[in-house]
Amino acid sequence: MPAEGSLASILARHRRDRTRLIDILREVQAKNGHISPEAAAEIAAGLGLSTVEVEGAATFYHFFSARPAGTYAVYLNDNIVSVMKGRAAVASAFEKAAGCRFGETTPDGRIGLYRTSCIGMNDQEPAALINGVVFTKLTPAKVKLIVEGMNAGMNVRAMIAATGDGANAAKLVRAMVKNNIRKEGPVILASFRSGAAVKKAVKITPEGVIAEVKKANLLGRGGAGFPTGLKWEFCRREKGENHYVVCNADEGEPGTFKDRVILTERPHLLFEGMTVAGYAVGARKGLLYLRGEYAYLAPYLESLLAGLRKKNLLGKRIAGKAGFSFDIEIKLGAGAYVCGEESALLQSAQGERGEPRDRPPFPVQSGFLFQPTTVNNVETLCAAARIIEKGADWFKAMGTPRSAGTKVLSVSGDCKKPGVYEVPFGLTVRRLLEMAGGPDAQAVQIGGPSGACISRGQLERAIAFEDLATGGSIIVIGPGRDLFEVIRNFMEFFVEESCGWCVPCRAGNPLLLRKLEKIMSGKGTPADIIEIESWGRIIKAMSRCGLGQTSPNPILTTIQNFREMYESKVERGRDFLPEFDLAEAVKEASAVTGQVFAASDTEQSHE
Amino acid sequence: MSKPKARISFTVDGKKCSAAPGQTILQAAKDNGIYIPALCRWEGFKPAGACRVCTVRVGGRYMAACTQPVTDGMAVENDVPDLQDMRKALIEMLFVEGNHMCPTCEKSGNCELQALAYRFLMLVPRFPFQFPARRVEPAGKKILLEHNRCIKCLRCVRGVRTRDNKAVFGTLRRSRDKKISVDQVLASALTDKQARQAMDRCPVGSILKKEVGFAVPIGRRKYDKEPIGSDVEKARG
Amino acid sequence: MSKPVVATASLAGCFGCHMSFLDIDERILTLIDLVEFNKSPIDDIKTFTKPVDIGIIEGGCCNSENVEVLREFRKHCQVLISLGECAIMGGLPAMRNAIPVRECLEEAYFHSPTIDPSEPKIMPGDEDLPIILDKVLPLHEIVKIDAFLPGCPPSADLIWKALTSLLEGKPLDLSYNLVKFD
Ligand SMILES: Cc1cc2nc3c(=O)[nH]c(=O)nc-3n(C[C@H](O)[C@H](O)[C@H](O)COP(=O)(O)O)c2cc1C
Ligand code: SF4
Ligand code: SF4
Ligand code: SF4
Repeated sequence: MPAEGSLASILARHRRDRTRLIDILREVQAKNGHISPEAAAEIAAGLGLSTVEVEGAATFYHFFSARPAGTYAVYLNDNIVSVMKGRAAVASAFEKAAGCRFGETTPDGRIGLYRTSCIGMNDQEPAALINGVVFTKLTPAKVKLIVEGMNAGMNVRAMIAATGDGANAAKLVRAMVKNNIRKEGPVILASFRSGAAVKKAVKITPEGVIAEVKKANLLGRGGAGFPTGLKWEFCRREKGENHYVVCNADEGEPGTFKDRVILTERPHLLFEGMTVAGYAVGARKGLLYLRGEYAYLAPYLESLLAGLRKKNLLGKRIAGKAGFSFDIEIKLGAGAYVCGEESALLQSAQGERGEPRDRPPFPVQSGFLFQPTTVNNVETLCAAARIIEKGADWFKAMGTPRSAGTKVLSVSGDCKKPGVYEVPFGLTVRRLLEMAGGPDAQAVQIGGPSGACISRGQLERAIAFEDLATGGSIIVIGPGRDLFEVIRNFMEFFVEESCGWCVPCRAGNPLLLRKLEKIMSGKGTPADIIEIESWGRIIKAMSRCGLGQTSPNPILTTIQNFREMYESKVERGRDFLPEFDLAEAVKEASAVTGQVFAASDTEQSHE
Repeated sequence: MSKPKARISFTVDGKKCSAAPGQTILQAAKDNGIYIPALCRWEGFKPAGACRVCTVRVGGRYMAACTQPVTDGMAVENDVPDLQDMRKALIEMLFVEGNHMCPTCEKSGNCELQALAYRFLMLVPRFPFQFPARRVEPAGKKILLEHNRCIKCLRCVRGVRTRDNKAVFGTLRRSRDKKISVDQVLASALTDKQARQAMDRCPVGSILKKEVGFAVPIGRRKYDKEPIGSDVEKARG
Repeated sequence: MSKPVVATASLAGCFGCHMSFLDIDERILTLIDLVEFNKSPIDDIKTFTKPVDIGIIEGGCCNSENVEVLREFRKHCQVLISLGECAIMGGLPAMRNAIPVRECLEEAYFHSPTIDPSEPKIMPGDEDLPIILDKVLPLHEIVKIDAFLPGCPPSADLIWKALTSLLEGKPLDLSYNLVKFD
């Protein structure tokens, strides 16, 4: 028997199953604080892989590190709302109190400071994860206390002053996270009686379930808006050894956090949605792919799953239905936005780097372990459960003719009431802003960075698939903000989160960012606006997956909707201005040689 | 369901073509004497869709010809000015993403990246040079990895495996920091033939066999006289 | 009608492009008939004495003086041509771009094998010396460039074709054989 907690025992517990590599890496990282080259080699040997394959997976995800990440690893969110709410002061408070800079650990290896992309807490920023524990609404004063606690060797969970509302206070969660449910709608956030959907589903045929979901005209809530019933039908029709249901709970789009709230407050509705989907497509197994940032919810969700098994709502002969067995496993991610893309998610779930696949084949044909799989968003599965419970007609009576039902929105930024709003499709942005207390917004980012930035002139537009489609992220940008900083933040996000597989996204996004910064620095010309637009279009057209295909949107939609902002930033009537600045370029050498750079040399505009 | 037809027909830029069902657009076009430029493709390897140079347009939608199967009646746009310019832009992105000093490169004249730049008559990239800090790294006993020139085509990752099917090459990190790496132990065990193969399959001068260089004189190299793709186009007759 | 005026310069280059220019062989006689050279190492004229129609520069910019010369050219030349790999991409000198300037200078003046270890180590810092840039840059990242002639060196045929097209006011129509990077 290998020693408890040893690498050998971890490998044995995962049955030396290559498809469980990410689970194994998570455990090793948690236990050792890093994945050393030696550990990588041992894991590789145990799984029959080459070391470079293990290192490849280990270096792909934010929350794995090859060097010790620190006894306390602090990941501070760097998305734009965090910035709006005072991230800079919090970051420098961390650096000052800890005595190391971001990207480093303290010399004694106790504290490591890192930046990370949106962690799904936009309604309570600035927020950070410390060894997986969420800290919200950080201030420099709170940071000082936290660092003192770390230096005193305190348990991270013990540093939480008070827990949040609802299930955040549950014994297995105990998170300081707040739900901030501002508006409960009838579909997702209304209360739910466990069993109400599954018991009804098993009374009709799987085809009948699919027909009802199709009739309800349920469109995927994850962003792409694919008809759910049709997806299930395709999946069911496909031949395979096993069929799978995968719930996409990666929720990585900056500014969205509604799935977090659903997972916290309506997990039974979700599990039931997955079970109904399993019944419909003929799957025996479901996976909940939960983003690493939400790992704090996992023990609680596991306990609920155990309860469902006891109640015979999971397991064999579910709700007494002969031949229907289904169970759910939670798979944790490890920090990678692209893993929300369904095929990257599947790669990650089966122990690989989270790089998207080529399509065709689509997941319904070749998904988890290359078997027929339906991948659905958290909210989609919840809505499906509710449709079975209450009927397609009830569902279709809400929303617009083309967008049936409700949408759960995550509203954050410059508004008085950030939080979660479940509203019928068709709601105008203006109305939403009134509800959230941000009526004077200069701009609203709909659908996160990959969506669109709209101006005040477009506030009458509606949240609906036929107008402003959104996975749920709504970021309110108030009057005093520099919109360019918002755009830059979004582009930095895409540069960072590109999986790097294909050329336009990997090589192109850094070039867009650089061009944007040229314009922002006042060194742009009208030609630069034309160029950045054309480069953006190339990246959209040529990229391999949805990430690259939408990454230029922060720039393209603002050029479209805020053109005058760009035009006032560039030098009109010039056809060329360089990024190059001679005075800057000689600084390094001057410092070495002692040569003084003559001011006359800086004279500008030699064209 | 009707039986799949023995041949399906499609068009490339209006030219009538035929294909076997299941063929990719790229392969089918090639069989019809039409060259669709590509950089990461290697006959016999699973297509990667990584370079995107083979992107074509069908019904206004863009797709990689190396991964997309042809369907009956498909009208493919290939050699059209705006698409060619976007492909050229990808080549230019690769030139500024790494450090390509062709005059000093062992692969010059035989390099597929350079050859595509020639074919597209690239005089200067439209993008600013990034001048990334990259290194040359010994990879096992027989080869060197010249990271300055690597374009992450993944040919080595896909194609170089040990007898028990372990990957010798792999990728580390992601985004612009993505990097090719080798398993040092497995790379040391490569035979001379395998090392030579790895070098030959690398489209650029990124995999170098130690102690091999500039073997073919200027003027007699692969792309000195004729553009890449000429073989395909000549086959059309 | 006065002849078109041509000026040339070599910045961070090796004069290889200029050599290739002279390689147009007997066509140089035709060229001299067609154009007049102003500031150029070919005729050793050191300053601009009149407006120039075509400026041709080889080599990228590696120091402050290169930048000044380049800007002078841009000011005086109607059309400015980037000639060769170094001018277009930075070329060989740009291989130092990934290395901090301090390291480069210390390597050159303190650690290089030709330094006599018994001598005191001196970092040249004379005010008259040009100051090294943090990166060697291609010309078009500093001033607007109108035409690019790649090659290391660009072939004499390419240079000839480009010049004659320009002089005849025709667009530069390049063929496969003329575009080479080595
Ligand atoms: C870069 C990227 C990130 C994505 N992130 C998510 C996500 O976090 N959650 C989600 O449900 N869908 C996400 N999607 C969409 C999924 O690929 C997929 O369309 C969705 O999960 C399907 O579920 P649905 O039909 O229920 O919407 C993402 C797509 C892309 C391209
Ligand atoms: S578009 Fe970006 S994220 Fe998607 S495959 Fe290409 S590099 Fe990866
Ligand atoms: S790899 Fe190709 S493009 Fe790069 S330097 Fe070598 S020859 Fe030039
Ligand atoms: S080393 Fe060569 S074959 Fe491998 S990814 Fe890089 S360019 Fe492609």
